[in-house]
Order: sequence, then C-alpha cells, then structure tokens
Amino acid sequence: MTDTTRPDLTGSRIREQRLARGLKQGALAQAVGVSPSYLNLIEHNHRRIGGKLLLKLASVLKVEPSALTEGADAELSTLLDSAARAQRSAGAETDRMDELTARFPGWSALIAGQERRLQALDAQVEALRDRLAHDPALSEAMHEVLSSVAAIRSTADILVRETDLDPAWRGRFHRNLHEEAERLSTRATGLLAQFEAPEAEGGYPAESVEAMFEATGHFIAEIEAEGAAAIDAVLDRTPGMDNPAARAMGAARLSAYAADAALLPIGPFTEAAEAAGFDPVVLVGQLDVGVAPILRRMACLPVSSGVPPVGLAICDAAGAIVHRRRLPGFSVPRVVAGCPLWPLYSALARPGHAEEAEIEMPHGARFHAWAVAETHGGSGFGAPPQLRGVMLVMAARSRDRQPPLVRGGPGCETCPREDCIARRGGVAPV
Amino acid sequence: MTLVQKTLEAGPGTILIIEDESNILEALTFILSRAGWDVRGHGKGDTALAEVARLKPDLMVLDVMLPGRSGFDILRDLRADPAMRTLPVVMLTAKGQTHDREQAEALGADAFLTKPFSNDELLRVINDISPVVMARRAVGGPG
Repeated sequence: MTDTTRPDLTGSRIREQRLARGLKQGALAQAVGVSPSYLNLIEHNHRRIGGKLLLKLASVLKVEPSALTEGADAELSTLLDSAARAQRSAGAETDRMDELTARFPGWSALIAGQERRLQALDAQVEALRDRLAHDPALSEAMHEVLSSVAAIRSTADILVRETDLDPAWRGRFHRNLHEEAERLSTRATGLLAQFEAPEAEGGYPAESVEAMFEATGHFIAEIEAEGAAAIDAVLDRTPGMDNPAARAMGAARLSAYAADAALLPIGPFTEAAEAAGFDPVVLVGQLDVGVAPILRRMACLPVSSGVPPVGLAICDAAGAIVHRRRLPGFSVPRVVAGCPLWPLYSALARPGHAEEAEIEMPHGARFHAWAVAETHGGSGFGAPPQLRGVMLVMAARSRDRQPPLVRGGPGCETCPREDCIARRGGVAPV
Repeated sequence: MTLVQKTLEAGPGTILIIEDESNILEALTFILSRAGWDVRGHGKGDTALAEVARLKPDLMVLDVMLPGRSGFDILRDLRADPAMRTLPVVMLTAKGQTHDREQAEALGADAFLTKPFSNDELLRVINDISPVVMARRAVGGPG
C-alpha cells in the first residue's frame, strides 16, 4: 500500500546528511552529476527522486538508500514503544510491534501521532509551569493583577462596612473603585497576552536563547562553517536577541558551541559517532578530548534517519539547569534543578568522574543517560573554578552494558512519585 | 474586643506604607487611620530609605514591586543599617509567588500580607505585630 498522505521528506534527509558531513551543496551536486539548483529543489522536497540518482546520493553520503527514503521508521518505533510504556496496564504486545507497523501502517502512524502530541503537550505544560514560577515579566504581570484585586477588595470593604462614611470620602472611593476596575481589565488582558505569545521579543532571555537553539535543531550551520566569527551574524538574525540580557546569554552559549565545534568538527565527528553506533562510551574511548565535549557534540548532530533523538541538560554548581535540549518524554525543567536521582547530580558530586544510568520516568518510558561534571576558570590562586554538569539522554535500547536502573522523574516540582526517598520536602531526612 | 480596638490599644504610632498603587495606599491609609495610626504613604522605591530616616516610623508596610527599587533591596539595606535594622516590616507579597515570601523571610521581614488581602487580615497582621512595635518603642529602639 502506498502512503499518499505522508509528505515525502527524502530531500530533507539528503540535506541533513550533507550538512552532517560538512559538504557544500555545489560539491554534492557535482559528485552526483546534477546542477546545484536541481539538488536544491530535491533538498526542499520539490522534486521526487529515485533510481540511479538516489543510489548515487546514498553512495556519496555513505548511507543506505533506505536511510534516505525511510527515515521515519526509527522514530515510529520509538514513539510506539513510548506509548506502550506510558500505558503499561493496557498490555500492548510490544514484542509484535514490527507486525503492527507492517500490517497496519495507518493505525501505527495514528498511535505515534497521538503519542507525539501527548509529549508536545507535556512539554508545553512544563514550559508554562516554568514561566509561572520563574519568569520575571509574568511574575510582575501577576503582581499587578493581584494589586488591582487587592485595591478593589479593600475599597469595596470600606464602602460596605463603613456606614457613617463622609460623602466626600464615599465619592472618592467610588471613583477609585471604577478606576481600579478599568485598570484590572487592562492588566488581566496583558497577563493573558503573556501566555499567548511566550516567544515574543523582549520575553524571558533564557527562553529566547532556548528558542534560538530549538529553531535550528541545536545544529548551527554558520558556526560549524565559520566558527566564533559567525556568532554576531547568528545573533543578529535571531528573534529576541535585541534584548541585551538575552544577547549576552546567547553569545556565551554560542561561544561554548564554537569551542566544541573547533575541537570536534561536525563532519569527522558524525562519521565517528555513526561508526560507534551513537554510543558515547565508545566515542570517549576513541577520541581523546574528554567526556563533556563529546556529550555536548552528540546533542548537536543534525537529525537524520541514523541519528537517534537526544536530550541534553547542562547545570551549574547549584544544580540549576542553564541549558537544555528537549527530548520527547524526558522533561528537563528550566532554571530550577531536575531530578536528584539523575546521574547529572551524582557526577556533580565527583567532578571528572563520568556517570551512566538508565532512568525510568514515572510514565514508564526508559532513557539512557551519560553525565560528567567539569570545571572552568579558577586559574589563579583564590579564584574559584566554576563547575558545570553535562548530561546526554537517549531513549533506552539494548546495549552491551546494562547501567544501574534509576526510578527518576522530571524534577521534584512536577514529579508524581510522592514516596520517592530523594524528593525535596519528602521523606528524606534533612 | 474588636480588631480595631485591639489595634488602637497597641497604637497609636506611625506607620509608613511604601506602595506605588495609589488606590491600595488610599484604602490602607483610611483603614489604619481609623484604627488610630498615624499613616504616611510613599510611592517610590528609590527614595524609600530616605523617607524612613526622615519619618522614623514605628512600623513599615512594604510592597515587593516598586518603581526605582524593589522591596527586597530596600529591606536588605534596612536590615544592614544599625539605625533602622530593628524597624518591624510587614511585606506585601502576591498570592502564588511563594519564592517572594521565602526571599522576604530570609531578608528579615517580620510579617506578610498576601495580595489580595481583606481589611480584617490587614488589621489582624498589624495587631499581631504590635507587641514587637510596643517593645521596640519601650526600649527606645533605633530608627
């Protein structure tokens, strides 16, 4: 059966593979014997391809032709597995998943689509919780609304209870009540606008920086090609970066990105990662650059059929998350600390010592996590070094090693595991 | 005995309210004046400490969000100044902003009022803190 509803994204996968190898469009076009403009049409899915050209492209890009045409299969399996784990009680026959996808591709796509939507909604709820708790603009808008409510409540109370109120005062309080009701209307509208346009310019700086990385899939082609020299150009084209705080934060993150890109250029690193089966432990054994850059670089690999979806969390010495890459099903809170049971935090306690764990989230999905903490600065006597923890996360799959299983969560503020020994404000002694 | 009577018994003294929302300030001024307090209002954060030094109030009601300077900064400086550090402070925080309350508590606020509050709650909080005001006044405390 031919799927006529799903868009053919072969061109997008070709582009991802080309970028992953640091190849220019013109060079690839020449290698396969077509014009750059024709390749451009293919890469933007405006021309369907097959036959010899597909085989040539796969050969030059060193991938199986099916990796270019069937890239969605790995994602489909991950989503079906995640859906089954989230609803364990339903007893889904996970050992017959291949049979399901082969016999009922439409139903499989539907279940996967529902799971993707659930994960997106979870992420949205998480982002809103973050905003409510930590966004200064939202906090101010909330305070203004409650101030208006407080003024109305106090004034109305006076008007009702003070029966002997002087007429001049009564008139004044009536005017105040009217004025404050008008103000409340404006403020409430402003508060709602905060929720409707969280990505608007002038928003929370950390949110703008995160949006910059999310928009490019955490792969920033200009920095890969030109290094730190491209930082200003990237910031100039990114919405929200006219805010000085967001720009400074964005520049710092891009600078760290450029340093990693210089240490591990994307082309050779992608090849090494593919050869290592995208296993960070294997890569650490092969590349003599330390654990942290490898974990961060794994989170920059352009998404393609072969690269598994990854998440990343970087925290400061206090455990607060300062940078993250979202991974569906694995919530990483922004600003506040994550789950105390994550290897990110055990690594923070032992800088330089790499940690590995399999994390089972409360809804049942399992993830493999690798973490390490490294120090920056502090080169002089008395100058304290800065500690940063880095954790890479992928959906769990069978590997040669079986790391310790941790029954964790997204962080105590949103975790449903009420009886967890590590829970803040829970049963653990303090 | 009503809350107003109790508060009257404890007062009167001078209360300085630092609040930029004019309608809240007017309502609070009216209620506390009726309760026997000498109420002064001020709407700017950056000149609040100068106003404290000038008026030498017995009690301060301090909002968190103010133009010029936040209530937290004012409270921090107040507690660092030997001439003003024992001044009892009631902090006005907003419902749902628990971290504001935690921060104010850490900085040495004596009591809290959470917006939106009722006039009874206001008088109850002022009444509860009155022994501190009286004790400080009795020993001729600084500020």
